[in-house]
Amino acid sequence: MKILVPLKRVADPDNANKVKVAGTKLETTGLEWKPNPFDEYAVETALRLTENGAATKQRQGEVVVVSFGPKEVEATLRAALATGADRAIRVDVTDDKLDGDLVARALKAIVEKEKPDLVLCGKQAVDGDSNQVGQLIAEYLGWPQATFAGSIKSEGAPGKETALVVHREVDGGTINLKVTLPAVVSVDLRIVAPTSVKSVYTADGFKYPDGVRFAALMAIMAAKKKPLVEEKIETLAADTALKIEYLGFELPAARKAGVKVKDVAELVTRLKSEAKVL
Amino acid sequence: MTNILIVAELHEGKVRKSTHSSITFARQAGAAGGTFSIVVIGGGAAAAAAEVTGYGAAKVLAVEDPTATVCERIAPTVAALVKSGGFDVVAVTASSFGKDIAPRIAAKLGAGYAPDISGVKDDGGKLVYRRPVYAGNAYASCRLTTALQVVSVRQSEFTAAEPSGGASPVEAAQPAAPDAAAARVEFLGLEAAKSERPDLGEARVIVSGGRALKEKFAEVLDPLANLLNAAVGASRAACDAGYAPPELQVGQTGRVVAPQLYFAIGISGAIQHLAGMKGSKVIVAVNKDAEAPIFQVADYGLVADLFVAIPELVKQLQAG
Ligand SMILES: Cc1cc2nc3c(=O)[nH]c(=O)nc-3n(C[C@H](O)[C@H](O)[C@H](O)COP(=O)(O)OP(=O)(O)OC[C@H]3O[C@@H](n4cnc5c(N)ncnc54)[C@H](O)[C@@H]3O)c2cc1C
Ligand SMILES: Nc1ncnc2c1ncn2[C@@H]1O[C@H](COP(=O)(O)O)[C@@H](O)[C@H]1O
Repeated sequence: MKILVPLKRVADPDNANKVKVAGTKLETTGLEWKPNPFDEYAVETALRLTENGAATKQRQGEVVVVSFGPKEVEATLRAALATGADRAIRVDVTDDKLDGDLVARALKAIVEKEKPDLVLCGKQAVDGDSNQVGQLIAEYLGWPQATFAGSIKSEGAPGKETALVVHREVDGGTINLKVTLPAVVSVDLRIVAPTSVKSVYTADGFKYPDGVRFAALMAIMAAKKKPLVEEKIETLAADTALKIEYLGFELPAARKAGVKVKDVAELVTRLKSEAKVL
Repeated sequence: MTNILIVAELHEGKVRKSTHSSITFARQAGAAGGTFSIVVIGGGAAAAAAEVTGYGAAKVLAVEDPTATVCERIAPTVAALVKSGGFDVVAVTASSFGKDIAPRIAAKLGAGYAPDISGVKDDGGKLVYRRPVYAGNAYASCRLTTALQVVSVRQSEFTAAEPSGGASPVEAAQPAAPDAAAARVEFLGLEAAKSERPDLGEARVIVSGGRALKEKFAEVLDPLANLLNAAVGASRAACDAGYAPPELQVGQTGRVVAPQLYFAIGISGAIQHLAGMKGSKVIVAVNKDAEAPIFQVADYGLVADLFVAIPELVKQLQAG
């Protein structure tokens, strides 16, 4: 199976409270770039779908990672190559000239050329929290979608996978879908649990370590030689106009400082007589 | 003049309460002149449509379609109605249903999409949306450059609409032909969590627990939740470890909630968790670490061992 994984770098999500507003722009200066966590999960998922879990050095199929952004995003792509992806594509464009819709339309052109069986993306990029690119690209391609995947099992014969059974994490439970390939799947947090992903190569009962795999030093060196090509956004999308226009930003009002209560009795009294919520 | 179409969310033949947040949005967006209608798509649509005739909609469209379980079947119907009905804005609530379907509708219509908005205002005939970014650490104001627009609205920031009286006419409408992709997706079923408790999006009180609760998650929190008729929430760490089911996760990438009273019990207060509960009216934190970041947003903080404090709290509340 051939899988395309769109992958974004974001300003360090664990320090998102350090963003600043300057004029009409949001500034993330001083924050380190990190891969969007959901995209790291998508890469891990793609690797698990294209291997026998007991022999992870041998790739059964191909994993292609693609990122939209300036030259620096190549570091994020190389990191994905080091964990096992085969090839990378960088679409040269700056973040202010992008919105989810343009990313999806340009991805469509890449998909038409690369012809993957599956587009596997994160459910959301944790900077803008838009949660839209997977769904948009599914519609633009006319493919079925399975968003918020908490587990995936591939069906069919090795090398001839035909469908995926996906458990989607939704409000109030789980929705189970079967999508016939080619399809678009977006992944949720629990996809990197030990038994969440099962390929046709992996034995029943096999368990992965929890979380994503780390690259060995050797693999990091080898990744420098893996193919990474650059594309121009203008050649992928005829129309590069954005559909969303950001006018300005503001920081939210801080919550006013609270109090520490000395014991349960004081808590109960305050909730009743001061906050009046009990 | 804005003409808004709200896509109702159905569950077991009933309109989910989350839909009422979209009605609140529509009332605000249309304040400067405009109307809204509601479309109900699914099995038993006519009966469900009757549930939302008292909210001031110009009309309620009922599309009887028992096959409408996936967005590849629902989105084409919505898009067709937008075109035939002359609507210019499509609104859904940003539940997992709404987030799944809204972009698909937008792409089908060539419309711009404003996801997960927390506010709207009419700026000289153009709608300006407010939306949180960076886990709610900043708010953006934005505009869509397209004439047709799709939005998903935050349930926690658009309070559920109350009925306004009157009786909107119900009109039956036909489902559109499904996308070709519909033939390639099979709905195998919904495993709905069985719970007598209120939904996280609707509860007045939420009792949330973190990793600290371990296997005693339910044993410790249920008595408190029962007593307060509260919904139960959880941190990601508690869900990942299997102490609580995934659908209870509160946070940037789980449910975003804003109840009257939120208990964070054995939760450290990571940015991603705060993003989902900072809007609560009153926050209580119980944590044995006095330095835990959760205390920075808590109105009332109790530094204590939760395994002692929570049973004690239950006892005192029971005593009146
Ligand atoms: C992509 C991504 C998305 C995420 N999305 C979310 C999200 O939506 N929601 C979310 O919650 N998290 C999310 N997280 C995870 C988040 O970063 C934190 O890891 C998580 O919230 C921590 O959970 P916790 O507070 O329960 O656990 P911990 O950080 O382990 O904290 C446990 C707390 O319990 C206290 N404690 C321990 N024992 C006791 C005791 N006996 N009595 C009292 N207190 C005690 C400790 O002092 C500590 O503060 C996300 C992370 C990533 C990378
Ligand atoms: N600039 C980008 N480059 C590559 N992939 C992206 C980019 N933006 C979004 N994506 C993909 O789309 C997913 C959803 O992002 P979003 O819709 O922006 O929340 C991400 O998890 C990525 O897989």
